[in-house]
Amino acid sequence: MSETLRAPSTATGKLHLRGVSRSFHTARGALAALENIDLEVREGEFLCVVGPSGCGKSTLLNLMAGLDHPTTGEIWMDGRRVEGPGTDRTLIFQELGLFPWLTVQENVEFGLRMQGIGRQERRARAQQYLRLVHLSRFETSYIHQLSGGMKQRVALARSLVTEPDVLLMDEPFAALDAQTRDLLHEELARIWAETGKTIVFVTHNVREAVRLGSRVILLTFRPGRIKSQFTITLPRPRHLEDPELALTAREVLAQLKEEINKAVEEEYSHEENR
Amino acid sequence: MKKTVRQLAFYLGLLALWELIYELKIWPPYLFPSPQSVLESLQMGFSDRTFLIGLGISMRRIALGYGLSVLLGIAIGFLIAASEFLETTLGGLVLSLQSLPSLCWLPLAVLWFGLTEKAILFVVVMGSFLAVTINTQSGVRHVPKIYLLAGRNLGAHGLGMFLHVLLPASLPHLVAGLKQGWAFAWRSLISGEMIFVSLGLGHLLMMGRDLNDMSQVVAVMALIMAIGHLVDRLVFEKLENSIRQKWGLAGAA
Repeated sequence: MSETLRAPSTATGKLHLRGVSRSFHTARGALAALENIDLEVREGEFLCVVGPSGCGKSTLLNLMAGLDHPTTGEIWMDGRRVEGPGTDRTLIFQELGLFPWLTVQENVEFGLRMQGIGRQERRARAQQYLRLVHLSRFETSYIHQLSGGMKQRVALARSLVTEPDVLLMDEPFAALDAQTRDLLHEELARIWAETGKTIVFVTHNVREAVRLGSRVILLTFRPGRIKSQFTITLPRPRHLEDPELALTAREVLAQLKEEINKAVEEEYSHEENR
Repeated sequence: MKKTVRQLAFYLGLLALWELIYELKIWPPYLFPSPQSVLESLQMGFSDRTFLIGLGISMRRIALGYGLSVLLGIAIGFLIAASEFLETTLGGLVLSLQSLPSLCWLPLAVLWFGLTEKAILFVVVMGSFLAVTINTQSGVRHVPKIYLLAGRNLGAHGLGMFLHVLLPASLPHLVAGLKQGWAFAWRSLISGEMIFVSLGLGHLLMMGRDLNDMSQVVAVMALIMAIGHLVDRLVFEKLENSIRQKWGLAGAA
């Protein structure tokens, strides 16, 4: 109960990060992945996180998912401290982690099964979400029989089926070809609009972030700090080739470039020290 | 079809070669029996039911011994995989014990249990459960971390995590262990059965030797090979194939 009392009084947001840092022990000593992140994810927003590789984007999502713990700082969800994984948040991994021993339908049912929900209801709910991602025809297929884009949609359905409030997505579309990615952007935007979920979406693709997000935050190169944020008010539906979208993306990209340069410089300095 | 023809031709050729060597009369018939006399021994063994009884007894023993091996092997395998302490201690012991031929357990088994069913069972279990353990352990070690993370993320923990993620994820290795364990169990059983009037296939083999009946020895050997091969084909190959197909692993039939 004391935890509830300590909840931020300005709790209009879904997910609060307060002074969150995370460092890892490596052979070369402590490596700060994230430093002093203060962030409020608002209910129903589509928040995109961009940054150069190695800025701790994935670490940030893992912390929000409760699969990892901050070195210092706190994470709150709906006024409760995040201590571990919870069914109110699900993470879609970059590698997806779909289970090859289960059919598409059984994969989607998995979260429900872990909650001890009966077969009938599991079925019905899984079917509902398979319809949402247009995969009803493939319910009895095994994962290896699906294309990359279809796998993404299974992962999406599997995460949505337990009806979490927050969906955390870690560069989910990075490995897809441009057409498939564009299609999934459309679907995700539609699902977001239909379900009203809060989405935190990590990517290194600025145009993707601007295409999808209602807000984009930019992380600095190691250690990851919030460098700047952009509220994206472009009308929806958006298209990658919209000139306004390109304009906004260029603005974000200019700032991202600075960080990428820092990353490159650091890599080169390692080379020289050898 | 082509494969069957090829196999048939190979075995017929082998039989012809055998017959040919027999006809050359290099060794006396009681040392080198003809295919025909072996066939007669087989027929006789089945018609007077000694082979059937032996087969039945051996199958009952292997069912019990192999069953125990699988349970014990999987349980210990998962235990070792779950604990770093056990891995560095028991894990090493398991590896060195595995290098023992199962025959080495015979003297110990006889001293501990006498010439009894228990002695045979002991040899079978000791000869095969370690293979299951080692493969289970390596199966768990090779489970991609992402499956465990994904499981946790979707609310799996404790027993649910074990039954629905860890166990199925380690299945490809586990089945390899079951298959290897079967082969070891079958061999151990036959050697164990040779030690006394145990009535199983191993005993029939020794009986052939005692009666100087080489045809019976070879007939029983053929029977032992046939069972080993059949179980491998009908059980384990099928199991492996179905897993390969589900998972989409290379070489799926």
